[in-house]
Amino acid sequence: MASASPIMSPERKSGRIGERFARCAARGAGALVTYVTAGYPAPADTLDVLLRVAEAGADVIEFGIPFSDPLADGPTIQRASHRAIAAGATLAGSLEALAEFRAHADTPVVVFTYLNPLLAYGVERFIRDSHAAGADGVLLTDLPVGGDVALERAFEESPLDLVRLLAPTTPPDRAARIAARSRGFLYYISRTGVTGATDTLRAEIGREIDAIRPHAAAPIAVGFGISTPAQAVEAARAADGVVVGSALIDALDRGGTSGLVEFVGSLRKALDAAQR
Amino acid sequence: MAEQFTATPPALELGRFGRFGGRYVPETLIAALDELAAAYDEARRDEGFFAEFDALLRDYVGRPTPLYRAARLGEAAGGITVYLKREDLNHTGAHKINNALAQILLARRMGKRRIIAETGAGQHGVATATVCALFGLDCVVYMGAEDARRQALNVFRMELLGAQVRVVESGSRTLKDATNEAIRDWVTNVGDTHYIIGSVVGPDPYPRMVRDFQSVIGREARAQILGAEGRLPAAVVACVGGGSNAMGIFHAFIPDEEVRLVGVEAAGAGIESGRHAATLAAGRPGVLHGSLSFLLQDDAGQVAEAHSISAGLDYPGVGPEHAYLRESGRAEYVSVTDEEALDAFRELARTEGIIPALESAHAVAYVLREGRRWRDSGPVVICLSGRGDKDVAQVAEAYGPGGPEVGG
Repeated sequence: MASASPIMSPERKSGRIGERFARCAARGAGALVTYVTAGYPAPADTLDVLLRVAEAGADVIEFGIPFSDPLADGPTIQRASHRAIAAGATLAGSLEALAEFRAHADTPVVVFTYLNPLLAYGVERFIRDSHAAGADGVLLTDLPVGGDVALERAFEESPLDLVRLLAPTTPPDRAARIAARSRGFLYYISRTGVTGATDTLRAEIGREIDAIRPHAAAPIAVGFGISTPAQAVEAARAADGVVVGSALIDALDRGGTSGLVEFVGSLRKALDAAQR
Repeated sequence: MAEQFTATPPALELGRFGRFGGRYVPETLIAALDELAAAYDEARRDEGFFAEFDALLRDYVGRPTPLYRAARLGEAAGGITVYLKREDLNHTGAHKINNALAQILLARRMGKRRIIAETGAGQHGVATATVCALFGLDCVVYMGAEDARRQALNVFRMELLGAQVRVVESGSRTLKDATNEAIRDWVTNVGDTHYIIGSVVGPDPYPRMVRDFQSVIGREARAQILGAEGRLPAAVVACVGGGSNAMGIFHAFIPDEEVRLVGVEAAGAGIESGRHAATLAAGRPGVLHGSLSFLLQDDAGQVAEAHSISAGLDYPGVGPEHAYLRESGRAEYVSVTDEEALDAFRELARTEGIIPALESAHAVAYVLREGRRWRDSGPVVICLSGRGDKDVAQVAEAYGPGGPEVGG
C-alpha cells in the first residue's frame, strides 16, 4: 500500500466495506472490487454469479442494476445491460437475489446503477429494501457531488455507504470535497472515457492519487479500463484497491461461470502475490 | 444587444427550472460543464460576442425571418388569422442554425478544435456541419441508424459539408441513442471537444443556453406581430420534441400572460397505442441525458422507445423548462398523430405553397384541428421551425403508390 489505511470519518462507523479494505491493507494486498451486471446472462443466473465471484476472491462486489441508457458505460456493459433487461432483470428481482446471496456470503456489496431506475422504484423504498437485502453501499454514476442536495442527503443519512467518483478532469478543490464525502471507498476513474478494457494505465495515476489521499475519508480504488492481472497489480500499487468490470463480463461471455471464476481467481492471485 | 440575453430563467437555483433540470452527469463532465457555463456567462456580458453573432445571423443565416400571414391556411383552419414564423427560410432550412452558430462561437472562445453533435431529423447535424465548415473545425455527428435511413438526404448533406456521420446501431437507433453516443464521445474526448447539443435538453447550462440562443425567434415574432396587428397574438403554437424551437418562440411571450403558449407533441400512432413521443402527455419525471424532466419510461424506470413519423420529435425526453412551464401552467401541451401531421403537411403545401418539415407540420395540424376556438380572440402564430424538403421521400413512402390523394 502506498500509505497507511485512511482514517474514517468520525460520525460514521466503518461498515463492511471499510472493514474489508482494512483487512486487505493489514495483509498488504490490494482490495479487489469486481463489477457484475445483475440479471446477466439471465436473471436466474444472478445468485450463482454473485456466489462464484465471492468465492473466487472478490473483496467487494459492485452489483450493477441494468439501465436502458447507460451513458457512462462502454459497449461491453451496454450489451450486458440490454440483454439483462430483455431477459427480465428488474431492481426488485435483483434485490431478491442479493438477499439470497447475503444468506450465504458476507462479501460487501455496492449497488451500482443510474438514477432513473432508483427514482422509479422510490428512493426511500430503495434504501430500505437494499439495506434489508444486505447491500452495504450505493454508487450512482449520474449523481455527481452537489448534483442533487436532497437526494445526496437521503443516501448519506441512510445505512448505505454512498460511494463517490473522482475523475482525472476533476479540479483539485472539488476533488478534495469529493474525497472527504465518499464513504465505503472512493472510486478514482483512471481515465476520461466510458467503462471498458484498455491496454495501458496512465502513468500519472499514482501521483494524482497521492495528492487526493490526504483528503480521503475512505480507501481509494481505481477503476475503468483495468482488464488484466498485471494492470490490476499496477493500479493497486497506486491505490488501496482496483475495480474490474467489463473484463469480468468478457470472461463470463468467453468461458461461462467457470471462465469467470478463473479470471477473478487470476486477479486475486496476482494481487496477493504483489503484496508488500 | 446583450440585454436580450439577460432574462432571468424561471429558476429557484441556477440550472433548475423549478424542480426540473440540473446536472445528472458522470463526474468526468463536471469540469467541462463548469467551463462551458463560465464561458457562456462571460460571453453574455460581452458586446463583441453578440456583435459577431448578430452579424452572422443577418448576413449568413438571413435573419430576421419573415412573419408571414397565411390567409388560405387561416381559412382552412376555420376562418382565423394565422401567421407563420418562417424559420424554414433560415440558411440550412430550420431554426437549428441559430443555436449551432452561437455555440460554435463559444467553442472558439474556449479554444476547442473538435465539435460533436447528435441529430434526429438531421437538421441539427446539418446546421452543426455547416458552422464547422464555416469556421474550419472538425465535426462528428452521431445519428441513429433508423434516422439515417429515413433522412438519407441529410446524411449526404452533412458528409458533403465535411462532417463525419457516425451511425448508431444501439437501442432504438434514433435520437436518444445518438445522444447517448455523443455523451460517451464527450466523456472520452472532453479536453479538446465541445458538444453542441441541438435542443433545450441535457445538463445545465445547455437548456438555458440553447433557449437563449433560440430566443431570437420569439423576440422577432413578438415585434413583428405587434407591427402587423397592433396587438399580441391569442396563441403561439410550436412543435415539441426536445423543444428548442418552442422555447425559442415562447420565451419572449412568457411575461405576456394573455398569450397562450401551446406546445404540440407527437402522438405517433395515438397515445392510447403506446407508440408515440408525447412525453409531457404520457411520461413521468425522470433523469435522462443529464437532466430531470418528464420522460417516457416503464414502471422499472427503463426509458421507453418513442415513436413518431417525424425523426426530430422521436425522443422520449423533453427539455426541463417545458416540464416546468407545464407544471406551472404557463404553457399547455397537446399532441397530434402521425396521420394528422401528414394531412397538415399536404394542407400547407396546397394552401400556401409551403412544404413544412414533418416536425413543424405537427404545430400546423393542431391549429387546423383546434384553431377555430381563437377566431374571436386574436391572431395565432405558428412557429414553422423547418422546411420539408428532407421529408418528401418519406412522406411519399407513407402515402404509398397512390400518391397524396390516397388516404386523404
